[in-house]
Amino acid sequence: MSTATVPKPIAGTSSFLDDRLGAGNFMRRNLRKVFPDHWSFLLGEIALYSFIILLLTGTFLTFFFKPSMEHVIYEGSYAPLQGIGMSAAYASALEISFDVRGGLLMRQMHHWAALLFVAGMMVHMLRVFFTGAYRKPRELNWLIGVLLLTLALLEGLTGYSLPDDLLSGAGLRITEGVAISLPLVGTWITFFLFGGEYPGEDVISRFYSLHILLIPGILLGLISAHMILMWVQKHTQMPGKGRTNNNVVGAPFYPAFMAKAGAYFMFTFGVIALLGTFAQINPIWLFGPYTPADISAGSQPDFYMGFLEGALRLMPSWEVNLFGQGGGTIPLSVLIPALVPMGLIMTGLALYPFVERWITGDNREHHVVDRPRNNPHRTSIGVSAMTFYGVLWLLGANDELSWVLHVSLNWTTYVGRVLVFVAPAIAYVVTYRICLGLQRKDAAIIGHGVESGVIKRLPHGEYIEVHVPPSQDIEAHMRGKEPVPTLPGTGNGSGNGSGDVPPKALRGPIGRLRAKMSAAYGGEKIPLDDGHGEGHGHAAVGAGEDDKPAIH
Amino acid sequence: MNRITAGRRHPLARYAVLLLALGLLGFTYTLAAPTGERADAAVASGRADDVAEGKKLFELSCSSCHGLNAEGVKDRGPSLVGVGAASVDFQVSSGRMPLANPGAQAPRKQPAPWVNEDTVRQLAAYVQSLGGGPTIPTAEQVDASKGDKAKGGELFRANCIQCHNFTGEGGALTQGKYAPPLYPASERQIYEAMITGPQAMPVFNDSIITPEQKRDMIAYIVGVREQKDPGGADLGRIGPVTEGLVAWIVGLSLLSLAAIWITAKRRQAQ
Repeated sequence: MSTATVPKPIAGTSSFLDDRLGAGNFMRRNLRKVFPDHWSFLLGEIALYSFIILLLTGTFLTFFFKPSMEHVIYEGSYAPLQGIGMSAAYASALEISFDVRGGLLMRQMHHWAALLFVAGMMVHMLRVFFTGAYRKPRELNWLIGVLLLTLALLEGLTGYSLPDDLLSGAGLRITEGVAISLPLVGTWITFFLFGGEYPGEDVISRFYSLHILLIPGILLGLISAHMILMWVQKHTQMPGKGRTNNNVVGAPFYPAFMAKAGAYFMFTFGVIALLGTFAQINPIWLFGPYTPADISAGSQPDFYMGFLEGALRLMPSWEVNLFGQGGGTIPLSVLIPALVPMGLIMTGLALYPFVERWITGDNREHHVVDRPRNNPHRTSIGVSAMTFYGVLWLLGANDELSWVLHVSLNWTTYVGRVLVFVAPAIAYVVTYRICLGLQRKDAAIIGHGVESGVIKRLPHGEYIEVHVPPSQDIEAHMRGKEPVPTLPGTGNGSGNGSGDVPPKALRGPIGRLRAKMSAAYGGEKIPLDDGHGEGHGHAAVGAGEDDKPAIH
Repeated sequence: MNRITAGRRHPLARYAVLLLALGLLGFTYTLAAPTGERADAAVASGRADDVAEGKKLFELSCSSCHGLNAEGVKDRGPSLVGVGAASVDFQVSSGRMPLANPGAQAPRKQPAPWVNEDTVRQLAAYVQSLGGGPTIPTAEQVDASKGDKAKGGELFRANCIQCHNFTGEGGALTQGKYAPPLYPASERQIYEAMITGPQAMPVFNDSIITPEQKRDMIAYIVGVREQKDPGGADLGRIGPVTEGLVAWIVGLSLLSLAAIWITAKRRQAQ
């Protein structure tokens, strides 16, 4: 079209490429791809960009790190460790910190980026969960995400152990403890992993291969698949004006979204660089080299392993001895905290989309997401799980809590043992009530409008505040609400289900349970337009009271 | 056979000799023992009248819990016989004693107004006079500049950090007890704590860790607490707990704010 204005070298090169790769067509299609705008949609990018920074800084670190457990005497420039025997891995990590130019900055950025990588994944996952963005057709991408999170934990564990300092050794020891406590295969797995008796000579080089080659490779592949699926399926959007399940409202990839994404990469890079410069992380020289005999007070893993640490600290010392003296011991005090919380959370995450679909019978495609309040049971289950995780995570630092707050260490454990069961239940109920309250607020805004700040005095002396209709955007956002679907024939809690013959799938004990769950989980709890025609001036609270019987 | 020889062979003679020997031993002990210790205390503290002054101080400030003769009072304070001058110096100069109120553990605090070098020396001399015990180390024994940091660090990691944390930040123990931070402790107090084992701390006597090794450990402890952190803010030097907090509160908050800011800038289309 306007080739006259394009300089010849550019026009020539691009038509050369276009003729051979068909790039023009591809670009035209994809550069115009529309991306919806919401701040929470950028949370996943924190993880993506942190991963890129991890690859860059990690490559730098591999230039100088020696993944060897060979015994050496330290002769580097950190005086308090000179003449001390240690592994070559630890010595080279010290060398990176003190003798390689920019090495400490790279190490610290690598570690901060790792923390933000996992934290970014977690908040991204929470966003997807609470808005129901995992629903059809995105269940597979959700599964890829769960797999990514699991692998990220593994990547963190292996990377954390590499410098072979005293603190990482404590984590390695726990890893060994978990492996060896597995029934029947524990001893074999431990000897296989460590190449003999703990700590052996092999584990650092093995973890190194896993950490720099195998796991990042899989991560890279899965992240690509994650992105491609997102690209092909299009991004979900928040409910709003003109947004339906058949369109995407937002800015085109080029130039708007690309500029934003580029800027956000720079932000992530900047925050990680600032943290790496001004906040010291994992000061391995203070921990000293690892010897299995030493351990420090306040030994904790990185935050993403904190919930496992907490579970281990809370667990009573139970064990089962099978077949008497010569038989096997099953150390439940290690097995349960190591496997149960992780299993519950990861399995729960992986299965949730499918369980929800089974309960609601919802087989439609969803491209407009839910606001968390509009699916109160899902939100409550999510907050309940977060509380369970949070209590374990918090109690992983119970010695620091006890130290800072001046409470008895024993009591933090006793209280934690109760809280880990009670707090999720309380969280469930509280969240559920808050969700309904927020739904009522929406109904009040739709029904009565928003407060205008104008106080009017009526002729008989009463003062009222004038309410005005909400702006179109807000109203459209609220009206994006859809009732949570229920299975046909469950009666939807309205009472007319009794007496009807339930469909075949809902008979039998499992069918009846499914119908019951469907009725409780789904349905409209607080209709948006309720009370709209009942005359203005009523307080929203009154509208809420009427709905009480519908809540279960 | 003369009378003496006959007497020696008397059946009761052996008992008489035994009695005489026992009596002599007891007499010598009562003569020698207290004077020996008093002299020892006077030598250790430098002045002979310190003991008397110390007793006065003791009766005034310590006897309500430890008893008038430092024999201890049930459920209030232990006996101080044999704890030694080092223990007195550690407890009083760090403000732990006199105790303000009983709890799981005596906290370090501003020493009482009457506490100074002289009064501590006098009190220490009196308690030392009661039954001996570890004495106050010399200035040379606790001189950090004469110790070997690297060797001290190894001993520190093997013996101290399981309670006091890897840089001596301290940490929680069971039932409200705790290992205090080593940052405010003077070199002499660190040494005294090792030889007397105050409160929940075990005793590291000279046969377990030699005085030279103790000096090495002091050198490491003092060195590491004065050391600048090359990586930036130290985040409390307690490991990953604060690192995680910073990652979430600083890192993730900044990035969320950036996300909100970026998406708030909307292209004014149409």
